Amino acid sequence: MTQTTLEGTAGVALAIRGLSKRFGTQTVLTTLDLDIQAGEFVAIVGRSGCGKSTLLRLVAGLDRASAGRIDADGVPLAQSGADTRLMFQDARLLPWKSVLANVGLGLAGDWQPRARAALGEVGLAEHAHKWPSQLSGGQRQRVALARALIHEPQLLLLDEPLGALDALTRIEMQQLIERLWQRHRCTVLLVTHDVEEAVALADRVLLIEEGRVGLDLPVPLSRPRARGATGFGAIEEQVLARVLRQPELATPQVDELPIAPGALRWAL
Amino acid sequence: MTIANVLFKRLAPWAAPALLVLAWQWAATHGLIGSRILPPPLEVLKAGVTLAENGELWTHLKISFWRALIGFAIGGGLGLLLGLITGLSRRGELLLDTSVQMIRNIPPLALIPLVILWFGIDEAAKLFLVAFGTLFPVYINTYHGIRSVDAGLVEMARSYGLRGWPLFRDVILPGALPSILVGVRFAIGFAWILLIVAETISASSGIGYLAMNAREFLQTDVVVLAILLYAVLGKLSDWAARWVERIWLRWHPAYQ
Ligand SMILES: Nc1ncnc2c1ncn2[C@@H]1O[C@H](COP(=O)(O)OP(=O)(O)OP(=O)(O)O)[C@@H](O)[C@H]1O
Ligand SMILES: [Mg+2]
Repeated sequence: MTQTTLEGTAGVALAIRGLSKRFGTQTVLTTLDLDIQAGEFVAIVGRSGCGKSTLLRLVAGLDRASAGRIDADGVPLAQSGADTRLMFQDARLLPWKSVLANVGLGLAGDWQPRARAALGEVGLAEHAHKWPSQLSGGQRQRVALARALIHEPQLLLLDEPLGALDALTRIEMQQLIERLWQRHRCTVLLVTHDVEEAVALADRVLLIEEGRVGLDLPVPLSRPRARGATGFGAIEEQVLARVLRQPELATPQVDELPIAPGALRWAL
Repeated sequence: MTIANVLFKRLAPWAAPALLVLAWQWAATHGLIGSRILPPPLEVLKAGVTLAENGELWTHLKISFWRALIGFAIGGGLGLLLGLITGLSRRGELLLDTSVQMIRNIPPLALIPLVILWFGIDEAAKLFLVAFGTLFPVYINTYHGIRSVDAGLVEMARSYGLRGWPLFRDVILPGALPSILVGVRFAIGFAWILLIVAETISASSGIGYLAMNAREFLQTDVVVLAILLYAVLGKLSDWAARWVERIWLRWHPAYQ
């Protein structure tokens, strides 16, 4: 993660065509089409239960799609051998392994210094010897983040990785994710409920609604992005306005809102 | 916490047994209980010292201990193996589980006549009974433990590249271990019960034999001694099992 010489681990390009996923009678994703360039950072937002985690699990190859296909660099993802890591929405740490061993899970050779360095980057170096049950929820999430990042995968899937963190730690972790992404140039899919986070980090923000990509908005801001920069707020409000306009939920129109959309960026 | 407090906590559980022994001694020496029925504890202790000095006690203790250990190792080992097979493979479950569950419903003690026909009063008879009785608790808990390992953790480990032996060693076995150890503790308790029965019915050595032999010579003190020895052995082996639990499950919030 830190002192590796493995340069040029470029990400994979994804092409998703007609992707559908049904659970029994419930249709979660319907004929979803999506193209993601190699090395692109894409944020996915959407209301709770709209199918964000489902999409990530399909891309990770953990579930089988009801229909459609996912290609990586032109080959079906399952056969492409692309190195993919998913950080689960629940941390899923092994309770019987120390925090350090959890971070080093699946690594071969001399993994301990690397795991220690990864833990240091998420600010948990002094907790290396503890059991996961002795950590707070946010600390567990950061351990899971370190575990996902240490592998330097070609495709990194993050399912609300910073959901349980306070505002300050959250910004630190956002900077960490951005830094690592810039260093390794992997393809990143980040699911988040925080529109500000999406705009701060992503090249593109996708909104999932009714099982499809409802909004696909590029974020042409230069990095590093300051929250107060001119274009920032406008993009953020554009996404929020779109989310709040979702028809079947009968939410009021944006211009009728008693509160500014910006104040609602946690409301997803 | 003061020293007195600590002492109290340590000693309180032993207060009732100590009082009981004192009352027993008092009642026996004052003729309230005939020494045929229950000799005073000091007599029992004396009998124990005599037997320890002439070495008989240790011979019988050793034999009983080895029988329990070997019987448990065979039964527990087989139970673990079968449980691993049925727990880990659907095909194994299909082939074996129903048969094992059927045999499980036979009370081990119901086998005694058959065991005597097969093995006579040999060593093998006792080992067979102990092994038969300890197999099932370990089997059931291993099987159940593996099946109830958190599927989310297995999925996570797989997606982090763990397959085969590393997946078993790092995820499935530790996940099933709490349940397996419950089975082991249960089986250990059961091993002693079966051994007592087997040694009492037919043996030429061991604590059960010591007791039955003493009965013939009306040595009630030795009979009581043998019973107490079983209690002590059972307690010691349970301690050992708990100690293993504390070491192996130290990650578990219940052991911190
Ligand atoms: N294994 C499953 N079986 C049945 N239904 C499921 C399953 N997994 C997800 N669903 C359903 O699919 C829908 C989408 O779930 P998903 O977890 O993808 O939502 P999400 O967008 O990640 O929500 P959140 O933001 O709350 O995490 C939900 O309605 C959920 O009930
Ligand atoms: Mg989700």
